[in-house]
Amino acid sequence: MSESTIQIALVLPDLLGTYGDFGNAVVLEKRMTWRGIKAEIVPINYGEPVPDSCDIYVVGGGEDTAQTLAVKHLREHPGLQRAVTKNAVVLGVCAGIQIFGESFTRADNVTHPGMGLIDSTSHAGGSRAIGEVLAEPADGLFEGVLSGFENHQGRTVLGPAARPLAHVKVGTGNDGSVEGAVQGRIVCTYLHGPVLPRNPQLADLLIEWATGTKVAPLDLPAVTAMRAERVRAAS
Amino acid sequence: MNDSPARLPLRTAAAVKLGNLSSSLSQKMGLGAGGMIGGRVALKLDPQALNRLTQGRKVAVVTGTNGKTTSTMMLARAVGALGEVATNHSGANMPDGHVTALSKQPDAPYAVLECDEGYFPAVAGASNPAVAVILNLSRDQLDRVGEVRTIERSLRDTVTKLQNCTIIANCDDVMVTSAAWNASKVIWVATGTGWHHDSASCPRCGNPIRWQGEHWHCTGCDLARPHPNWITADESMITPEHQKLELRLTLPGKFNQANAVMASAAAHAMGVRTEDAVARLRGVSNVSGRYRTIQRNGRSARLLLSKNPAGWSETLTVVKEANHPAVLVINAQEADGRDLSWLWDVPFERLQGRTVIASGERATDLAVRLTYAEVQHTIVPDPLKAIDQMPQGAVEVIANYTAFRDLNARAAADE
Repeated sequence: MSESTIQIALVLPDLLGTYGDFGNAVVLEKRMTWRGIKAEIVPINYGEPVPDSCDIYVVGGGEDTAQTLAVKHLREHPGLQRAVTKNAVVLGVCAGIQIFGESFTRADNVTHPGMGLIDSTSHAGGSRAIGEVLAEPADGLFEGVLSGFENHQGRTVLGPAARPLAHVKVGTGNDGSVEGAVQGRIVCTYLHGPVLPRNPQLADLLIEWATGTKVAPLDLPAVTAMRAERVRAAS
Repeated sequence: MNDSPARLPLRTAAAVKLGNLSSSLSQKMGLGAGGMIGGRVALKLDPQALNRLTQGRKVAVVTGTNGKTTSTMMLARAVGALGEVATNHSGANMPDGHVTALSKQPDAPYAVLECDEGYFPAVAGASNPAVAVILNLSRDQLDRVGEVRTIERSLRDTVTKLQNCTIIANCDDVMVTSAAWNASKVIWVATGTGWHHDSASCPRCGNPIRWQGEHWHCTGCDLARPHPNWITADESMITPEHQKLELRLTLPGKFNQANAVMASAAAHAMGVRTEDAVARLRGVSNVSGRYRTIQRNGRSARLLLSKNPAGWSETLTVVKEANHPAVLVINAQEADGRDLSWLWDVPFERLQGRTVIASGERATDLAVRLTYAEVQHTIVPDPLKAIDQMPQGAVEVIANYTAFRDLNARAAADE
């Protein structure tokens, strides 16, 4: 395999693929390929060891039992954790934000250990947060508003080492005020849509982190039109 | 007349009368098809209406994620061999729809009810069914219906408690098998279809499910594919008596063969001879407008309904045979589910190289998905205009729930 191919690990799509988050890996791959950057998706299924050599790791959302099984597998095969120490880029969606933290507590009050990759704890909220979300990216991380669809019961509290990804304007996010988390090159969010087709600026930020080079904007009229529609619908 | 339904108590009779009146008013005033409003009124006046209206009738309830309407229609046709059948035809599959259908045919000794998965516990509880059919369970409208495992759990709790009910269950679907596993009487049907993406882990113990060919088992508990009583084979089926019967359906696709075998097994449990059941359900050709072809300005457009990733995946297989242009119509209203993330679970890549138009209220979301699938397309939000813009000849139109409903109504009005 050529050294210059960017490898996108799609982590446990058989367990954490409930909400179309596979789309995040496709968007990363295509946005690189279309710009002449070699990229490929490497699916890592349950039961397979997790390599530590990939450049980007994409983790999606899943149902409760699947999430428990996923975290068990990722702790037994800590390739993702090793990759983080080597500066890999990681995107964790929904279940991702919960399992990457120190711990997550379910509605049944049982606390499960997380992977300890970000300084956060999650617990079950009273009601399920469902609907369109708009949030302003924190610290000018990227241009334009963050748009997505949330559907989760978890609420997440960030510790001092983690920063929020964005400040909520419409919707719930982590707690009604902030959404997601950034720690080093790990980005977490509650947002589906999936999040990267909705937010190409965030996709390109992850690509720039992984490749170490600035990328030129891509003109995709459908993406521009869809974002405008979603922002209008949520406002 | 000992086969006829029990006499209704006065309150139910009055509720039914007023309900029927509302249905016909709704139809006459052009407000709707009258499939639900009558039942809604009757249920308000008598909350026990569903229980009372099913007393004395032999009832079958059909549920699952995909194929409910088609299977219900097939089963109702088959049970028609025994006598008059009350059934909810137009996808009005919640209690108000059931009450409406039962009120319109108060003397029918049989009822075949299509039931939304979420309402199955209430409907099965109220109607004391002789047969319950569970077709399949996969992700669908996660923001409205909830996660698959929650649905599986509620079906499991319900069918385990049902007395004197035969469960007809798809043993190629892990979720359905788990739901029916503890029921007192189960007939297992190998349908040869199944969406495996929601069952990598066991719904009962959370351990991985292992597949070997058509067989599967849980690596942590005793859940495993049961030995099927009925088997779907290529264009035919094998009965529990090892008799091979040709299906020769009018409807296309493998999933309709699965629906037909499930319906045949259910009809058998209702008391219909299998040959009679198959001969009757074979004639089903147009299920509330689905699969029908409309003619517009030199275009023959076949209308197909698909609501979720498993359904779309099957439909893309059906339309693959001919390389006809395709109009894809997507809405995201309440009844469709507001979240369109599922578009990314559909293998639209299979449409590469074909003439495609993205249509519907959420055409731009679909256009983004098609862009990343590298499927050339144009955007025409109005599906009838989209059909008109296609080259003359055959066109496939695939639409999700409200998009299909609205398109079908407009097309019918034009005809």
